[in-house]
Amino acid sequence: MADYILRLRRYSPETGDAPYWEDFQVDLDGHRSVLDGILQAKDRTDASIGIRCSCRAAICGSCGVRINGKPRLACHMHLDKAVEDAPDGVISVEPMGNMPVIKDLIVDMDAVHWKKIQRVTPWLLPDGPDPEQEHIVAPESMIDVTQTMACIQCGACVSDCLSMEVDPLFIGPAALAKAYRFVGDPRDGQRYERLKDLSEDPHGIYDCTHCFNCIEACPKGVAPMSQIMRLRRIAGSDHEIDDRNNGHRHEKAFVKNIERNGLLHEADLLPDSYGGKFHPRAIPVLTSSLPVVLAALMRGKVTPKKALLHQHKASDDVKRIYKHVHDKEKRYELNLYVAGEEEDAGDEAGEAVQASAAGSQLPEERSPNT
Amino acid sequence: MKVAYWPGCVSRGFTPELHGSMALVAPLLDIELVELDRASCCGAGVIAEHNQELADTLNARTFALAQQVEGADMMMNICSTCQGAQSECQERLDANTEYRDHVNETLAAEGLTYDRGIANKHFLWLMVEEIGLEAIAAMVTQPLTGLRVGPFYGCYIVRPTDRLGIDRAHPRDSYLHQLIETLGGTVADYAGQYKCCGFPIITMNQEASLKQAGRHLGDALDADADCLVTPCPLCHLNLDLQQPLAEKVVGRPLGMPVLHLPQMVGLALGLEPKQLGLNKHVVKPTSVIDWSTSVVAGVPHAA
Repeated sequence: MADYILRLRRYSPETGDAPYWEDFQVDLDGHRSVLDGILQAKDRTDASIGIRCSCRAAICGSCGVRINGKPRLACHMHLDKAVEDAPDGVISVEPMGNMPVIKDLIVDMDAVHWKKIQRVTPWLLPDGPDPEQEHIVAPESMIDVTQTMACIQCGACVSDCLSMEVDPLFIGPAALAKAYRFVGDPRDGQRYERLKDLSEDPHGIYDCTHCFNCIEACPKGVAPMSQIMRLRRIAGSDHEIDDRNNGHRHEKAFVKNIERNGLLHEADLLPDSYGGKFHPRAIPVLTSSLPVVLAALMRGKVTPKKALLHQHKASDDVKRIYKHVHDKEKRYELNLYVAGEEEDAGDEAGEAVQASAAGSQLPEERSPNT
Repeated sequence: MKVAYWPGCVSRGFTPELHGSMALVAPLLDIELVELDRASCCGAGVIAEHNQELADTLNARTFALAQQVEGADMMMNICSTCQGAQSECQERLDANTEYRDHVNETLAAEGLTYDRGIANKHFLWLMVEEIGLEAIAAMVTQPLTGLRVGPFYGCYIVRPTDRLGIDRAHPRDSYLHQLIETLGGTVADYAGQYKCCGFPIITMNQEASLKQAGRHLGDALDADADCLVTPCPLCHLNLDLQQPLAEKVVGRPLGMPVLHLPQMVGLALGLEPKQLGLNKHVVKPTSVIDWSTSVVAGVPHAA
C-alpha cells in the first residue's frame, strides 16, 4: 500500500460558487486505478464527490476524465503510472473538456456527445426490401469497419477536439467515426447521401483541423481522425462531391500542385482551392487576403518573381509515380489496425516505437500504463 | 555530423527565412547538410487524404534518396508537418514487408529502393538527441537572458505519441522547453503550446482557423511571453503571416513575434537578426531584438 494525493477539480453549478481544486489522500497499491482512488476518497472522506462510473474494466466508457491534463478512462490508469506524469507528485483529475460540467467530474454527455452522434443517423439505411433472412456480407468487407466499431462512446476524443474548441458546432471525431461505420458498410444504401450531407455541412468532415488529438485521446485505437480522412477520400475521390466548403477543391488543387511542381507552389494553391484565379468564388477570398499578401511582399518573404513563376518542376519520376498509382483500378489502403504489424517490425526502426499486434485482428489497445 | 537534409516546401516558398537561417546555423553546430533536391513534397497529410499509396510512394522515394547519400548518419527535416506526414508513411512501410515490396516495385523504374528503418529526425530532435544540450550550451555566445519564449509545438511533431516515438524515455514533447532554457531563455508556459495553429482549415473554415491562431497568440501574450518559437513553418504562416487577420477575428491587438527554431538557435550562437531573416516576418520581432544595437532582450552583446 502507498499514499497518493489526488487533486480533484470540484464544481457544483447550482451553488453559484466558482470551481476549485481539492486534495484527497488515498491509500492503495500502485497498480490500482485512479478510479479506485477517487472511490476511496468518496467512501472515506467526502461522499459528495461526483464521478460517473460503472464497469471498472475500460469497456463501458463511463469514467472519462482528464488525468494530469490528458484524456483518460479513470479506471484504465494505474496510480503509480499517473504519479509519474504528475509534475509535483500530485495526480490532478478534472472533468473532460468541450462539454458542460454537471458536477465535479461528471460532464453532460447528452448535451454534446450524444446529440452529435444522433446527427449522423447512426443506424443502417439499407436499400430495397429486407432480405428474407439476414443480409449476407463478405467478412472482409466488414473488417474494414471494425476499427470504428471498437468505440465505447467515452467522449475522450470529443473532450480534446481542437476544432470543437473554436467551433462548437463541429460534428466532431466520435460522431464522424460513427458515420464511417455506416458509409463503410456494404449493406447501407444511403452512402452517397450521407457523404454529401457531411461534406456540405460547414461543420462536417472538412472542419477537422487534422490535429491528431482524437487519435491520441482514444483508449481503444479507433483513430477518429483517420476515419474522417477516409470519409473525405471516399466523398472526394469516389463520388467527386464538390462541397461548398472548398474541401475537395483544396485537396484536388494541392495534389495537382505537387504533380506539376514536385514541391508546393503556395501562390497557386489559394486561388486553385477556390476554382482558379478568375473564378467568381475566388475573387472575394483573394481580395480579403490581399493585405496578407502585401505584407508578405513588403517584408521580402515573397518576391513577385517567386509568386508568379514556377521555379520547380516535378521530375519525370514524380509524374510517373502519380500516373502509376492513379492508373490502378482500386486504391491500395493499408490499415495497420486491421493488418497488424509484423513481429520484428521496429527492430531496426530506430526511434519508431511500434505496438505489436502481429497479424492478429484484435483491436489494439492503447494503454496509458506502458 | 552529416545528414541527408529535407528542407520541405514552405521553407523554400513562403518562409525563405527558415531555409536561410538553417543554412547559417548548421555549420556552427557542425552539421553538414546534403540537400535532397530531387525529393518531392511530403504531401502534408493532404495527398494521403486523397490516396494513401501515392503519399507512401512519394515519401518512400524521399527516404530512398536519403539512404543513397553517402556517409550520412540520418535524414533531417526542419518542418513538423514533414516529420508527422513522413512518420505516418514510414509507420506503414516499416510495418509490412508485402506493402513495402509493393511500393518499392513502383520505385524500381528509377533504380531506387527503400530499406526499412530510416532514422528521420526533425532539427529539434537532432539537436537534443545527437548533439546534446550540454554541447549546445557550450556554444552559446549570446544567451537569451531575460527573454520569455513561449514554445509552440503544434500538432504533427507531438501526436500521436507512439508513432513519433515519444515516451517517458524520450520526452520529445519537452524538447523546446529544454532548448529554450539551454540557450539562456525563460520558458513562458501558456495554454496553447500543444494546440493546433488552425492552418489546415484556413481555406475551409477561415474563422475557426484564425480563432485558433488568435487564441493561442493571446494566451501567450497573457502569459507575458516576449515571443513564440515554432518548429513548424506552416504554424508560422498562421501565427505570423495571418496574425493581422487573426487579430480582427479575436478582437484584440496581438503583436506577438514568432521565431523559427533555427532563428532562435542562431541568435544565441551570435548571429545577427538580419542574417537570420527576422526582418522578413510580418510581426517584427521588436520585443526580441533592439534593432539599433542588436541586443537580445536588453542584454548587451557578449564581447
